[in-house]
Amino acid sequence: MPELTTEVERLSLVIEIGGMPVRLHTCDIGFLRMLENRYAGFVSNSDRAEIEFDVDLTPPGTADPDADVRVTHRQGRWRFERGDFQAEWEPQCRRGWIRQSANPYSIDAVLRITHTLMLARQGGFLLHSASAIRNGKAFLFAGVSGAGKTTISRLAPRDATLLTDEISYVRQSSDGYSAFGTPFTGELAKLGENVSAPIGALYLLAKGQENRIDPISPPEAARSLLTNVLFFAEDEQLVQSIFHSAFEFVSRVPVLRLTFVPDARVWELIG
Amino acid sequence: MTKLYVARSPRVAARSLDGEMMIMSGQDSTLFTLNKTATILWQAADGATPLDQIVEQKICREFEVEPAVAMKDAESLARQLASHGILQLDEQPIVSLGTGEPR
Repeated sequence: MPELTTEVERLSLVIEIGGMPVRLHTCDIGFLRMLENRYAGFVSNSDRAEIEFDVDLTPPGTADPDADVRVTHRQGRWRFERGDFQAEWEPQCRRGWIRQSANPYSIDAVLRITHTLMLARQGGFLLHSASAIRNGKAFLFAGVSGAGKTTISRLAPRDATLLTDEISYVRQSSDGYSAFGTPFTGELAKLGENVSAPIGALYLLAKGQENRIDPISPPEAARSLLTNVLFFAEDEQLVQSIFHSAFEFVSRVPVLRLTFVPDARVWELIG
Repeated sequence: MTKLYVARSPRVAARSLDGEMMIMSGQDSTLFTLNKTATILWQAADGATPLDQIVEQKICREFEVEPAVAMKDAESLARQLASHGILQLDEQPIVSLGTGEPR
């Protein structure tokens, strides 16, 4: 009698952001192609993966991607939920699963959350900021929506390498902090370059009548940084970890206010 | 009169920078910056020293204010901080688990 079962081909790809490879497994070739396209420049040939997620695709529904995200930790397992996805990750065995429809927005949110959690354990964080490399140093430009992240990215000169116009990837290293490119885009809708550099300064953006840089007090620097760190988890240990990482960052990286008019001359002050 | 004891909550992260005490709630990650009086209260809140003693020994000396007035204000402040989960209040001494210490 012939076999009645069919073997489903298991496909996978590794998306490496900030030097942290995450492998996604799927059975849907169309979804895989979409991921390859969405994360072009960040798809890696690495055999190693910090985390492996099995992606279970559900039919398209009416789930709300604008619903609040919930990230909770229980019995050694993280759970992420939003209107349009559910996911779990068990750090000890480096495995997890994601349940979502075949769209790029849900997986993007899961990756952001996953990276915030991985980074927090290492003294790093994701920051609401544009960033770019110039003259071998990375410069971060932080601010809430409308502060000018996209504008300053758009004004970047040709010798600047854009890492992101929306969410910067900050990792602690032995001699300070480095910023990495990310595929997390804002209004510019342009993926960052997948490169990194030591951070030269963090600028807090303010629009004004002239281009100028002003010092700010360490407490204000810490407050502003904490306001702009991406934070999802309802977990006391993680809050403590990110809180202390922010203070460590401001003790080692210059944090300054950058007031600018929207023209390219502001870049004469950077780098 | 009933004694009131105050203790720093172990469920927050706290750090002092250039004389400013910043505290983040571990539950909802709300960030607070304490004023000078609240900072004195926070630093003295060891769970073993009653609030009236903190007021008399720390706050009245610092601000040259009448003990009765200072006590009323301090109690109101302590209850406000407790409502945000930053301080614990009790009529008995409080045994703290030890985190949330000022640095």
